[in-house]
Amino acid sequence: MALSKFATAVMIASAVAVAAAQQAPPAPAQRFVVVLDAAHGGDDSGGKLDSGQLEKTANLALSVRLRSLLGARGILVVTTRESDASVELNRRAEIANRANAGACLSLHTSESGSGVHLFASSLPPVPSTRFPAWKTAQAAWITRSLALAGVLNSALEHADLNVTLGRTALPGLDSMTCPALAVEIAPQRGEDNTITTEPDDADYQARVAASLAAAIVQWRTEGRQP
Amino acid sequence: VIPRYQKILFVVLLIASLAMGVVLWQLRERAHKRLVAGESSAPTRAPEVAPAEQATLVAANDADNSLVPQVHSLPLPADPGARARAVLGRLLDLYADPEATHPVPGGAASVTQVFLLPAPGDIQTRDPGAQLAVVNLAGNFAASHPSGLQTETLTLDSMCATLRANLPRVAEVRFLVDGQPRATLAGHADLTRTYLTAAAAPAEGIKP
Repeated sequence: MALSKFATAVMIASAVAVAAAQQAPPAPAQRFVVVLDAAHGGDDSGGKLDSGQLEKTANLALSVRLRSLLGARGILVVTTRESDASVELNRRAEIANRANAGACLSLHTSESGSGVHLFASSLPPVPSTRFPAWKTAQAAWITRSLALAGVLNSALEHADLNVTLGRTALPGLDSMTCPALAVEIAPQRGEDNTITTEPDDADYQARVAASLAAAIVQWRTEGRQP
Repeated sequence: VIPRYQKILFVVLLIASLAMGVVLWQLRERAHKRLVAGESSAPTRAPEVAPAEQATLVAANDADNSLVPQVHSLPLPADPGARARAVLGRLLDLYADPEATHPVPGGAASVTQVFLLPAPGDIQTRDPGAQLAVVNLAGNFAASHPSGLQTETLTLDSMCATLRANLPRVAEVRFLVDGQPRATLAGHADLTRTYLTAAAAPAEGIKP
């Protein structure tokens, strides 16, 4: 008798649990986060641009501009620095990894080359593991990073910006567990290779930032599935 | 009265002392002659010049972020380490030209040494003949290298690809600056990593 009562109670509890599960609202979709890493800062000034400005300053200006554009599109942005502060490379990767970001961009400016350089890590791709090595954590994300590079490349070319794609060994980027790219803005050059627009030119940076923002919005809708 | 045996002993010791003095004088003269001969030992034979050979230099181009192989004729020593240094030196000589497609100051003197060692790694999987090249760069080369992600990456990749083109057994490359490990070349490209030469090889054709 007692056993049949217990079995009945278990059946009722199971039915209630199943019904509750069926009626429960779906879990909220995970917020799409973008990490912007303005490279250098503090004592590390990076390169020096022909305009006299330091690379760290131009990188921060681009980060602020892009953060505003992404924020206006409802995208949550995490930055590694908001001022002329020194942030260690490992700390930058930690910030990116804790954000569980959908895209991570390390922002640079340089006088070498021309147009916009998009770099993915040169680590060979490996299957994802539960405990990746710190210095090569990006290896499991290379395929996604290259896909992100494709989206950014399309958007920048659509804006008539000269784009070169490459692979590099960049400390910090190699430790990020997210689709991660280094974006380097170089001068715009004329036919005779003379500089027509410096990489810290406000209008030029605005064009690049607008293209990157449009690409990230597209990446949010199209590129999140692995 | 001095005993007779003491007189004889005195004479023997005197003769021995004089003999030793003469021998020492002769040794000194010989040493002096050797020293004088050493000072005047100017080279009597011209140093052997390595014969000119065809070498492939994989040159970087900042304009399109490319690596382009070029064939050059240059004297190449027989020793692999010296050979590696010679080709890298010539590559950096190209970059030292202000009109270069990838301008970097410094030239051949920027490569201080190249050591070739058996490549480390998993004995089960690695090629038994594979070599690791340790390239020691001059400090002023790193200090004067333009700062930037693309330019630094191209410098390292072109050096790796040039080593692979001329010494195919070199599978891995590590870089030192003034004999010491260094975090980055000029603020960007990682110098603590072991570079794989296969990953740096260009895909384009050879430009004579």
